Amino acid sequence: MKILYPFVAVLGLIIIAAIGSQAGLEALFGIVFPYLALLIFLGGFINKVVGWAKSPVPFRIPTTCGQANSLPWIKQDCLDCPSTTTGVLARMALEIFLFRSLFRNTQADVYDGPKLRYGSSKYLWLFGLLFHYAFLVIIVRHLRLFADPIPFFVNILEYADGFLQIGLPHLYQSDLVILGAITLLFLRRIILTNVRYISLPADYFPLFLIFSIAATGMLMRYVTRVDIVAVKQLAVGLTTLHPSIVGDLGMVFYVHIFLVCTLLVYFPFSKLMHMGGVFMSPTRNLANNSRMVRHINPWNDPNLKPHSYAAYEDEFREFMVDADIPVDKELPVAAAEATTE
Amino acid sequence: MPMYDRGKVLTGLAIFVIIMTFPVWYNLVRAQHVPKTELPKDVKQCVGTVDYMRSSHMQVLDIWRNEVVRDENRKVIELGGKQYVKSLQLGCMACHPDRKKFCDECHTYAAVDPFCWDCHFQPKETK
Repeated sequence: MKILYPFVAVLGLIIIAAIGSQAGLEALFGIVFPYLALLIFLGGFINKVVGWAKSPVPFRIPTTCGQANSLPWIKQDCLDCPSTTTGVLARMALEIFLFRSLFRNTQADVYDGPKLRYGSSKYLWLFGLLFHYAFLVIIVRHLRLFADPIPFFVNILEYADGFLQIGLPHLYQSDLVILGAITLLFLRRIILTNVRYISLPADYFPLFLIFSIAATGMLMRYVTRVDIVAVKQLAVGLTTLHPSIVGDLGMVFYVHIFLVCTLLVYFPFSKLMHMGGVFMSPTRNLANNSRMVRHINPWNDPNLKPHSYAAYEDEFREFMVDADIPVDKELPVAAAEATTE
Repeated sequence: MPMYDRGKVLTGLAIFVIIMTFPVWYNLVRAQHVPKTELPKDVKQCVGTVDYMRSSHMQVLDIWRNEVVRDENRKVIELGGKQYVKSLQLGCMACHPDRKKFCDECHTYAAVDPFCWDCHFQPKETK
């Protein structure tokens, strides 16, 4: 069920777009939905990040992955437990570009004995890295359809991605990588039993959705083919706020666009927000400098003054002595006599 | 409720929005043009329909190339009483002689860099 529902949902979206675009609703699918989707995407994204920024982080969260800054003869783990801004930037960069925390992923299993053992598990890291970089290349490559004149880096990427010159139009390596990586990520979810146990429809839906987006895109490029100039006219038209649909772009094109719109709308309300979240993770972006800097809990009442133990004892010394509670400072002699009487 | 690290968060969001809307402001720089290919004046038909040629002309060229170069199959194609030579320079470019005004017009627009010219001469340039 957890797999079936998202699968049916994506199938439904494909059917909606296929029927809608053939029923004369091209302008709705080609112009209205993309604008709406982009607005919801940007608005939802900003709203989410602002919401996070409003949540107080009362203290630094030192992660236990590495040795914190301590005595000079104890070697600090500068990347895992940084105490400086430079260290935090390095940790963030490794996290964002190389998914370092996934690299540390472990997998527990039980073998005969029964004994428990932990082993390194790099599948998520490897497939995730392949998937994200392929997706990035594909998105940047799509600028050739949105930007006029085409920025130089898109031409370079275009050349590099079709470097093998297989078939015509040239096969993009990134297309193969993204399909392969999504398939492997999906297989990982269903083959590893403990991962399957914690997987929800919200985990499968983006996989199916992005797979369908990649598949319809490839279908358009390698099999059914579209008039790319007409596609670009629509895309550039959308960016210059003068959209127009020239000719028949075909059913696959509208399915592709509609699925991308769905992805954009779904994005801010789903786990895909890790795109913004990775920058906002307190365990990653805060230096562990609690021993050097005093961090004040932001929701403290400013009217409440700190109350030290010395002051507390001053206030209650008589009662404490009365109750035979040991005190740091004894009562003055006169007062002491008064209490004993 | 106030935002924490307001400056940093807003800067980050601004960068995000700028990157996401890159084509919008990038396209403001130059007036948009629509590619206009120079069509032959006296000839009205091609080896395929307009729609087919627009989306799939590379397939035709690829198939021809493979037939001619690999199978030595230079059989002339007859369509609608007209004969077409399976050749880029002698076939296609007989009617579409100007690479710049015909091929490059769309190819540059869509960043498609075909490898035809790795081997072929352009008639205009050799004159």
